[in-house]
Amino acid sequence: MQKQGQVVKLWFRSQLTADFSVLPVGISLLLLSIIFQTLNSRFLSGENLANLISQNVPLALIATGSVLMLLIGEIDLSVGVVSGLAASIIISLNVSNGWSPASSIAIGVAVAAAIGLSNGFFVTKFGLPSFVVTLAGLLTWQGVQFTVLRSSGTINIPDGFISSLMSTYLSPSLGYYCALIAIFIYSLSIFNNFRKRKKAGLKLKSVRGSIIKILLLAFIALGLVRLLNSNRGVSGALVFLLIVVSIIDYITRRTRFGRNLFAIGGNLEAASRVGINVKRVKVAVFIMGAILAATGGIFASSRLLAVSTQSGGSDLLLNAIAAAVIGGTSLFGGRGSVWAAVLGTLVIGFISNGMDLMNFGSETKLIVTGLVLLAAVSVDSVLRSKYRKRG
Amino acid sequence: MTVGKKVLELNNIDKTFGAVNALSGIQLSVLAGEVIALVGDNGAGKSTLVKIAAGVIPPDQGNILFDGEPVVFRGPMEATRAGIAVIYQDLALCDNLSVVSNLFLGREIQNGIPLSPLNEEAMESKVLELLKELNVGQIREIDIKVGNLSGGQRQTIAIARSLIGEPKVVLLDEPTAALGVAQKVEVLKLIRRLADRGIGVLVISHNISEVLEVSDRVVVLRLGKVVANFETKKITSDDVVAAITGSKSFN
Repeated sequence: MQKQGQVVKLWFRSQLTADFSVLPVGISLLLLSIIFQTLNSRFLSGENLANLISQNVPLALIATGSVLMLLIGEIDLSVGVVSGLAASIIISLNVSNGWSPASSIAIGVAVAAAIGLSNGFFVTKFGLPSFVVTLAGLLTWQGVQFTVLRSSGTINIPDGFISSLMSTYLSPSLGYYCALIAIFIYSLSIFNNFRKRKKAGLKLKSVRGSIIKILLLAFIALGLVRLLNSNRGVSGALVFLLIVVSIIDYITRRTRFGRNLFAIGGNLEAASRVGINVKRVKVAVFIMGAILAATGGIFASSRLLAVSTQSGGSDLLLNAIAAAVIGGTSLFGGRGSVWAAVLGTLVIGFISNGMDLMNFGSETKLIVTGLVLLAAVSVDSVLRSKYRKRG
Repeated sequence: MTVGKKVLELNNIDKTFGAVNALSGIQLSVLAGEVIALVGDNGAGKSTLVKIAAGVIPPDQGNILFDGEPVVFRGPMEATRAGIAVIYQDLALCDNLSVVSNLFLGREIQNGIPLSPLNEEAMESKVLELLKELNVGQIREIDIKVGNLSGGQRQTIAIARSLIGEPKVVLLDEPTAALGVAQKVEVLKLIRRLADRGIGVLVISHNISEVLEVSDRVVVLRLGKVVANFETKKITSDDVVAAITGSKSFN
C-alpha cells in the first residue's frame, strides 16, 4: 500500500515538474463542471456547450498568441485593441467600402502583422520592455480604431462570408469524422514515435500510458461531438480553432523555432550565446501574436454581427492573459503549452457561463475569475521554487 | 596521454582598456591532448585572455594561430565554428529544457527544411553515446530538466555540450568554483578525459592544489604578462604562489 502511495506521489511530482502539466487546469475544469452541473443540469447540455464555445473561440485564439508571448518572457498588452482594430478595418472595408471579404481580411491581418512588427521592432531594437511598448500600442491603436469607425461608430455585418464564420455548423456525421480523424492522427503520431524510438534502440514510453491518453482523447472528442450534435452540431469555428492550436502546438514542441522560444524564455543569455537570433525570433512571435489577435477579432465580430468602438475592449485583453496563465503557462517565461490557452479559456468560460446560468451578476464573475487567476499564478510560482534543487 | 601539435597559438598579444594594460606581449600555446592551467591573481588578465581566444574581444596587437593557420575571429560564434569551445562560469544552460535539448541547443538535428520536425531520436542517441564515452555515470535520465540537476551534473552537461561541435580546444572558466568535494573530483576527471580525447584544454582556476592535480602545464599571469610557464610535475604549490604574487622570478 505504502509503495503504491509512493508511486502515485512520484507520478504527481513528475506531472507537476513537467514542462507543462494539464493536471491543475484539468482538475479545475473537472471540479467546475461537477459543481455547475450539480447546481444546474443545463450546464453540460449541447445547447449550453455550443453557446459556451461560440462565446469563447475568439478569446482562445487571442490567448494562444499570449501563450507564445509569455513563452519568450514577453507580454503583449495591445492584443485586445489589435483584435478590435483589425476587425474594424476588415468590416469597414467589406461593408462600408464594398471590398471582397478576402481582400478585406488580407488588409486587416496585414495591418495586425505590421503592428506586431512595430512592437517587436521597438522591443528588440531599443531594448524597451514589451509591457511599455504594447501599453503605448494599446492607446495608439485604440485611437486609430476610433478613427476608422468615426463616421458610424458601429457597423452591422450583413449576411455573407464573415457573418457565416461563426454560424457554420458541421453535419452530425461530418462532426464524427472530424473527431475520428483527430483520434487517428494522434494515435499515428504516438505509434510513429514508438517505432522510431525502437529503431534507434532508445527507452520506450509506457504503452499503457499511451493507450490511456488515446482513450481519453477519444472519450472527450466523441462525447463532445455527441453532445454538440444533439443541438446544432460541431461549429466550424471550433474546428478552425483546434486546427490552428494543433499547428502552433506542433511548431512550439517539435521544430527548431519552437525550441528557440523555450530557450529564450528560459535563459536569454544562453540562447544568444549558442547563436540563436533572439531578436528575429522575438519579432516573429510579436507578429504571430498580433495575427492571432486579428483572427480572434474577426470571429468576435462574426459572433456579434457588428463592430463598434467597444470591439476588442473591455476585459478581452486581461482575459486573454489570464487564460494563458490559468491554463498553466508561466509568467516567468519558458514554461507552458499553447493548449494552455484553450484550457484556460475553458476555465474562464465555465465560470462565466456557469454563473450566468445561476443568475449571478458580472461582479461575482469578476471576483471568482480573479481568485482563480491568483490561485493559478501561486501554483506556478510555488512549483517553480519548490521543485528546483541545486547543489 | 598523447600530447600532439600546437592547436592554438597566441603570439605577442597586447590589449589595453583605456590607460590599463590588460595584457602585454602574451605568448601562449595549447597543444592537442594537454591540460594547461591558467592562474593568476584577480586582475592579472586571465579572463581577458580567454575572451580574446574565444573571439569575444579582439586583441590590439598580435596574432592567433589555430591549427597552424592565422585566424581572426569577428565574434564568439566564429571561434566556436572554428573549433574553440568555451564554458563560462555561469554555464549558460536553460533550466527549463531537458539535457538533450540543452546539448543540442542552437544546432538541433533536423533535415534542413524550415519547420520540419527535429530528429529527437538521433539527438538522444548521440547524447547517450557521448555521456557513455565520457564515462559520466551520474546522469542517468536525459529527458530530465537541467534545472533539476546538481551543480556537478550541470557542469558535466555544460562540458558535454561543448563537445557536440567536436572542438579542438576547450576553454573552461573556473569550472569547479561552486562545487562540493565529490563533484569537484568528478569534474576534474572529466577534464582529464577531454585531453585524453586529443583536445587541447585551457582551465582558469584559483585552486592551486586542483591545478597541480589536473594540469600538464601551469601558465602564470601577473599584471598582464606571462611570468612563468611550468611543467606541472616539476613544481610545488609554493612555486605557483610565488609566481602569482611576484615574490620570485622564474623567467
